[in-house]
Amino acid sequence: MIREFDNTQADHRNQPLIATDRAGQQLEQPSIEAIWTLLDAVPDPEVPVVSVVDLGIVRDLQWDLQSGMRQLVVTLTPTYSGCPATEFIEEAIAEALHAAGIANVRLHQQLAPAWTTDWITESGREKLRQYGIAPPVGSASKRTLLGEEPEVACPQCGSHDTVQVSEFGSTACKALYRCNSCLEPFDYFKCI
Amino acid sequence: MNQNQALFEYLLRLGDSDMILGQRLCEWVGNAPALEEEMAIGNVALDLIGQARSWLTLAAEVASAAELEAAGRSADDLAFTRDERAYRNLLIVEQANGNFADTMARQYLFDVWHYHLLSALSGSADERVAAIAAKGLKEVTYHLRRSSAWIKRLGDGTEESHARMQDAIDEIWTYSGEMFIADEVDNLLAVAGIGADLNRLRSLWQADVQALLAEATLNCPSMDEYMQRGSKQGLHTEQLGFLLAEMQFLPRAYPGASW
Repeated sequence: MIREFDNTQADHRNQPLIATDRAGQQLEQPSIEAIWTLLDAVPDPEVPVVSVVDLGIVRDLQWDLQSGMRQLVVTLTPTYSGCPATEFIEEAIAEALHAAGIANVRLHQQLAPAWTTDWITESGREKLRQYGIAPPVGSASKRTLLGEEPEVACPQCGSHDTVQVSEFGSTACKALYRCNSCLEPFDYFKCI
Repeated sequence: MNQNQALFEYLLRLGDSDMILGQRLCEWVGNAPALEEEMAIGNVALDLIGQARSWLTLAAEVASAAELEAAGRSADDLAFTRDERAYRNLLIVEQANGNFADTMARQYLFDVWHYHLLSALSGSADERVAAIAAKGLKEVTYHLRRSSAWIKRLGDGTEESHARMQDAIDEIWTYSGEMFIADEVDNLLAVAGIGADLNRLRSLWQADVQALLAEATLNCPSMDEYMQRGSKQGLHTEQLGFLLAEMQFLPRAYPGASW
């Protein structure tokens, strides 16, 4: 699935908004690294403490120079097949890039390899914990999926005396747990 | 029938079963026995509808690329403007929700099949099929974990929950056999390495279901009993028409409506 986002006006559709020299080259081309930093400020709409980069939703950034027009190709992968935030995330990313002066953007949805919680960054995990969501425990191996319940630490008090209340929490990516020590319910971000 | 026609048909079956079960499960929202279960059912439904969207999007692509009869139709067109006889979902998924045990019995028998089917399709020779299956498999693993837990909890629970779960299994059983009846489409795609081998699926399913029902102290009916069939030819039970009438009302009454 490919969606093109182009915020240039129809009558000068082929001209980037950024100042160009006579050869049509952008005077400043943001580095890929700078764009990663930029996107790291785009929050996930359902868990706004983590960014789309923290979650591993942004898979790749490339400048495509083939058409003579510099186009940024952003490769994204959905977390869950039915995640209702997918389109919202695409628009938020396009908007952030446009705001930074990158007008010509192509968003590319990639399904394989399928998204895994193993891609959530260390800082993302810590942000989840501080927000009150227990981050995924261990890696998403088949044994984890079919085997015993993982030992999930309570994000409030740190106790390991916790119990699963439901396999699904407020969203498909989470399970609902309760801490037997502080008695608080909490969401656990499931390994997938 | 050429390979593209078979693939289109196969993708409709996959997409329709996911979508119809997703739609059925949504009927529990506002009615489930506990808030946690309502959220769980809603989330499972969402996964299934998301998978349906992937399958039907691919079906639409295949139809257009191969210039089949359905060329030019989008995934939404396929979902909302086909009539009952053009639907290819399994009969089991269109059955009414009944009580909670009925819903979980239907879900469990479907989940075991779905899990093994997507495992097989993850290795499909068609990489588009493999990608959707591998993604869905991760989600379905959690569906199966949950429905298995409910079968055990209700089967090996009180006298009443046991009786109700046994009734639910006995009632839905006649719709399970159809999942393993192969036709020309299945055979053509299995030989090409694109589709799943239904005989292999049948033995995996049987072993899992027998083991879990035994653990849940439930009697497992025989697979040799009379089984309902017909969905692969678009012959459905009376349940599907009512569901489609509700699901398709808006896009049919207000074509092209958007927000």
